Amino acid sequence: MDQITPNYDDTTTKRFVIATVVWGFVGMLVGVIIALQLAWWPANLGLPWTSFGRLRPLHTNAVIFAFTANACFAGIFYSMQRLLKTRMWSDTLSNVHFWGWQAIILAAAVTLPLGMTQGKEYAELIWPIDIAVAVVWLSFAVNFFGTIAIRKVKHLYVAIWFYMSMVVTITVLHVVNNLALPATLSRSYPVYAGLTDALVQWWYGHNAVGFLLTTPILGLMYYFLPKSAGRPVYSYRLSIIHFWALVFLYIWAGPHHLLYSALPEWAQTLGMIFSIMLLAPSWGGMLNGLLTLRGAWDRLRTDPILKFWVVAITFYGMATFEGPLMSIRAVNQLSHFNDWTIAHVHSGALGWVGMSVFGMLYYMVPRLWKRPLYSVSLATNHFWLATIGIVLYCVALWVGGITQSLMWKAIEPSGLLQYPNFMETLAVVQPFWWFRLVGGTMYLVGLCLMAWNFIRTVRGATAASESELDLGEAATQSVPEVA
Amino acid sequence: MSTSNWHRDLFEGNSAKFAVASTLAILVGGIVEIVPMYAVGDAAPLMEPYTPLEQAGRDIYVREGCYTCHSQMVRPLEHETLRYGPAAEAWEYTYDRPFQLGSRRIGPDLQRVGGKYPDAWHWNHLLDPRSTSPGSVMPTYGWLLVDEVDPADVTASIGALATLGHPYPDTSEVGVTRLLDEQAAGIVTSLAGARIEANPRSEAVAMIAYLQRLGSDLKKQTAEVTP
Repeated sequence: MDQITPNYDDTTTKRFVIATVVWGFVGMLVGVIIALQLAWWPANLGLPWTSFGRLRPLHTNAVIFAFTANACFAGIFYSMQRLLKTRMWSDTLSNVHFWGWQAIILAAAVTLPLGMTQGKEYAELIWPIDIAVAVVWLSFAVNFFGTIAIRKVKHLYVAIWFYMSMVVTITVLHVVNNLALPATLSRSYPVYAGLTDALVQWWYGHNAVGFLLTTPILGLMYYFLPKSAGRPVYSYRLSIIHFWALVFLYIWAGPHHLLYSALPEWAQTLGMIFSIMLLAPSWGGMLNGLLTLRGAWDRLRTDPILKFWVVAITFYGMATFEGPLMSIRAVNQLSHFNDWTIAHVHSGALGWVGMSVFGMLYYMVPRLWKRPLYSVSLATNHFWLATIGIVLYCVALWVGGITQSLMWKAIEPSGLLQYPNFMETLAVVQPFWWFRLVGGTMYLVGLCLMAWNFIRTVRGATAASESELDLGEAATQSVPEVA
Repeated sequence: MSTSNWHRDLFEGNSAKFAVASTLAILVGGIVEIVPMYAVGDAAPLMEPYTPLEQAGRDIYVREGCYTCHSQMVRPLEHETLRYGPAAEAWEYTYDRPFQLGSRRIGPDLQRVGGKYPDAWHWNHLLDPRSTSPGSVMPTYGWLLVDEVDPADVTASIGALATLGHPYPDTSEVGVTRLLDEQAAGIVTSLAGARIEANPRSEAVAMIAYLQRLGSDLKKQTAEVTP
């Protein structure tokens, strides 16, 4: 049985859960707003702090560093204490970590609309906030390794490997990419210039995706999926192989963001080759996830948690097939600079990250608050809204993006551009932006259903027995220590 | 099973070894790709750094997040060179801190926009994008026409960039302000020709200076090579 020992620090975990839901709402709401701004420009309101160029970084930073990071912290605090059978090493550091991180998010939410930015994607936060990020991240790292040091279980479970790779890699990426010389309190200039700056930035940008949106979520999958399904992980050997291959290969793939740029050809080619190789370990993770459900597929009908996980892992598989495909030069020529890329990013963010996080939250909330979930059918409705929302979002942008790209490329037999006026190609994608808005809104409404469900859950009566905390029929089993 | 046992004994029971090994695994790729960019060494720069007014405009470009909708990277593809002009060359980015290559074209690429339109076009476009480009979805940037560039602020930027190696002979506030005013006066005169009364300190003037600079160095270079 999963012992909810009072010794574990679940207070911090609960706080991270609440922060995940709150910031998820804010980040996705800003996403819906900027989607509206594209479809209908007057929604920019003619004000500096509500214009698209300032709100788009707010959206990306909020969903990456507020929603996803808080979700990872929640899942890591919950699972690593239970996997290592010990309380987090330092309550002080846990507090510094939680409150410090929320303060950073607040600072970002104020500075970005004010136009205070470093102007590098997903690294927009200004240098004083970057220093705060480094300090708070360090407090997490020390607490993380301190907890490992005092563990009561000798061998580190696979989830912990993935968490560790996140802790280490994000530290390196954040420090290296943000090295800059301050000019004023809110403005700095990077120590790298031009294409070197671009290379460092996309090494960072791609691996922020790799080590904040992929490896920790895989770690969470390795804990929460077997727990939810009541099945052991399919293959321990596969997890070893795909872990090491993934962390080694991921780092090289950054230059695929700079194909056909003036970056040296060899760097572009390296980026492309490693991106293609990345397919293998990515699918290793996907298969290990899906095959963990062998013998538990019937529970998909009743258990929304497993529904979320299956769609999440399926989207992981699709996005990690699409990514290598798009990094092939000939395909990239077509996919770069248009909405295909945005669709790809969102199949990863909404499909893989979002659905995994929802599955994890529906598992954790009843257990943390020791109350049965208020409504399983509400959770199922959330699942369908989110799934249909993602499909609508991605299909709209795939079709719109590729159409616009083909129009950009079209050359008449005379050798002239068929659509020399850029605006002509813009008019074609605009209707698709409305469909995207509808898809994104559905996803946001789904999140609101979840928030409502959780509020009612927390306010409900305490569960009489542990089995009441389960959404499905099968009882929870301990995390299978695989033979 | 031997692989698994080996892994279990070496790493899973020893967190320090595991941490070191995974750190090494993630460092290799970055080092191999990034270090050679420095080893090549700097070629003699083929362009001058941005003037104080252009740099002020560039900082506004960054502040407003123009890179979220506009790229500065013409790819060596026929349809791109037909639409925008010559493909990007590495040296053109010499003084770009941060780089602004962009990743999405909600609007067109801007690497070759310098000299394409008169100053007044840009002024009107910032005020109301649809007056010059029907069908545009760009926000209006009315505040750029009103808000002012602060010479002390620009001086701080030029000082920092000089420290990073950009060759500025005079980084004093007096010197920077003089250069700001001289270049702004030229743009104000050209705007006056289109019956636009512009404040020389307005951010829009700095922005126009920056946008008109984009791509101009390659043109100069080409003109010198082919007399």
